[in-house]
Amino acid sequence: MLAPADMPTPSLDQPASRSTLCKVTGLGLAGLARLLAGASIRWIASQPDTCQRVYFANHTSHLDALLIWASLPRLVREITRPVAAKDYWSRGALRRWLAEEVFNAILIDRTDIKVHQSPVDLMLRQAGSTRSLIVFPEGSRSTSGEVGDFKSGLYYLAKKRPEIELIPVHIDNLNRVLPRGEFLPVPLLSCISFGPPLWLERDEAKLDFLARARRAVLSLKE
Amino acid sequence: MNDIRTIALVAGVLLLLTVVTGVGQFLKRHPDRGIDAAAVRTFNMRIRGWWVLCTVLAAAFWLGSTATVTLFGFVSFWALREFITLTPTRKGDHRALFWVFFLFTPLHYVLVGLNRYDIYSVFLPVYATLFVLARAAVAGDYKRFLERTAKIQAGLVVCVYCLSFAPALLELQVNGGPERVGELGSRDANFRLLFFLILLVQFADCMQYVWSRMLGQRLVAAAVSSNRTWEGLLGSATSTALLAAVLWWAAPPFQPWQAAIVGLVVAVMGFAGGMTMSAIKRDRGVKDYGTLVVGHGGVLDRIDSICFAAPVFYHMTVLVIGG
Repeated sequence: MLAPADMPTPSLDQPASRSTLCKVTGLGLAGLARLLAGASIRWIASQPDTCQRVYFANHTSHLDALLIWASLPRLVREITRPVAAKDYWSRGALRRWLAEEVFNAILIDRTDIKVHQSPVDLMLRQAGSTRSLIVFPEGSRSTSGEVGDFKSGLYYLAKKRPEIELIPVHIDNLNRVLPRGEFLPVPLLSCISFGPPLWLERDEAKLDFLARARRAVLSLKE
Repeated sequence: MNDIRTIALVAGVLLLLTVVTGVGQFLKRHPDRGIDAAAVRTFNMRIRGWWVLCTVLAAAFWLGSTATVTLFGFVSFWALREFITLTPTRKGDHRALFWVFFLFTPLHYVLVGLNRYDIYSVFLPVYATLFVLARAAVAGDYKRFLERTAKIQAGLVVCVYCLSFAPALLELQVNGGPERVGELGSRDANFRLLFFLILLVQFADCMQYVWSRMLGQRLVAAAVSSNRTWEGLLGSATSTALLAAVLWWAAPPFQPWQAAIVGLVVAVMGFAGGMTMSAIKRDRGVKDYGTLVVGHGGVLDRIDSICFAAPVFYHMTVLVIGG
């Protein structure tokens, strides 16, 4: 098996290779999502940047990844790849095209996780040394509106690539725009808050780190 | 815009806006006058808001009555967004809300544009209400049922139904009648009537603030609003009645004494709207409705007075022209 750095990654580091149709669709969907979800975007003690980052957020709605992606400035958006569930996004040709070509998403198989090919390895390999990621450490959408416990993926990500900036993101009210199990959105106003970066401390225990990351997301709620 | 009265009204408002803008800038440049800097900033922000309001209204008027109705439709839509965002609903309301936003609100404005008063006067208060109740029941969630449906209904009535009476003024037609009444129905006269309403509401808001600051002693309801006083209400009602009487020539169907009564009622209704929205905001623990423009509050903060004043103004106009 090739080492991550040696993987042939033709489409990853060349955003220009995406077709015009994909770009226009991407711009259109980003604008539509922001309009429909009435998103106000706040950067709290934080700035948009094209350096390599991992955005981690609470998961409340199918629109989450799209809206975070749409909230980023265009240059940042072009190097940012949402991480999404394969079982949902590879169903049907349109969804697959949207996920793979328009959003440039990394699809993770939630049902078939192999020991030698963990999702974290896959994400990091796909991210290379320049791409940023959008992840949802809760794993799946919460039904109650509360932010659940974080799964350990974020910790292993931080452990393997300790230099990457981890940006907490809080999504407010989007679960009311498109709740679980609904397919028609209600155009309420939502709020996306980006917080200051954090890193894994030396010798920080897994559970401590995950609790700290979760608090960082919650603290953006005001 | 060939009417001498329209030209006079527009020129007067532009002159007034220019003067207050000058005063605002003067106060900003001379902070040593002993006037509270925060008050000056609020004042200047208000003035900027009025310029925006006037520009948008002028553009809509120029484009015609359909454009104006559409503009108010979008304002209603946005205000309703803010209203529902602020009031907690449950998942069982989702489908009902979808139709409220994408069917009932647009359709109501289409009916207003078509001047079908017979339908639109009952469409939201009766049919939308029945639909929301039934849809929420079918969704199978009975928790706090009346509370939830009442919230949606209140939002619809205040943000959509009441506000739509402002552009509905453009569709008023009269046939015959005494000399000045007859002209309503010409484009200029209708737009002047709408502008008259907006002007009175804005003026009443300002006067309420000014009189409260100058003479304010007794708060109307301290728990709801910390700056609305009985003195402010009285002063604002009197000044607005005076202004309306002076500007009676701009509002087609009214005699000076009728205009004065209209001014008085508009001021009181605007006050009622402001108090109502304050009460809702207090209950939800927020100061403003939106974050659209930082420091500006939301759309709903801007239009609460006009929402309450518009239906009463409309019906008083109809009463005078004997519709």
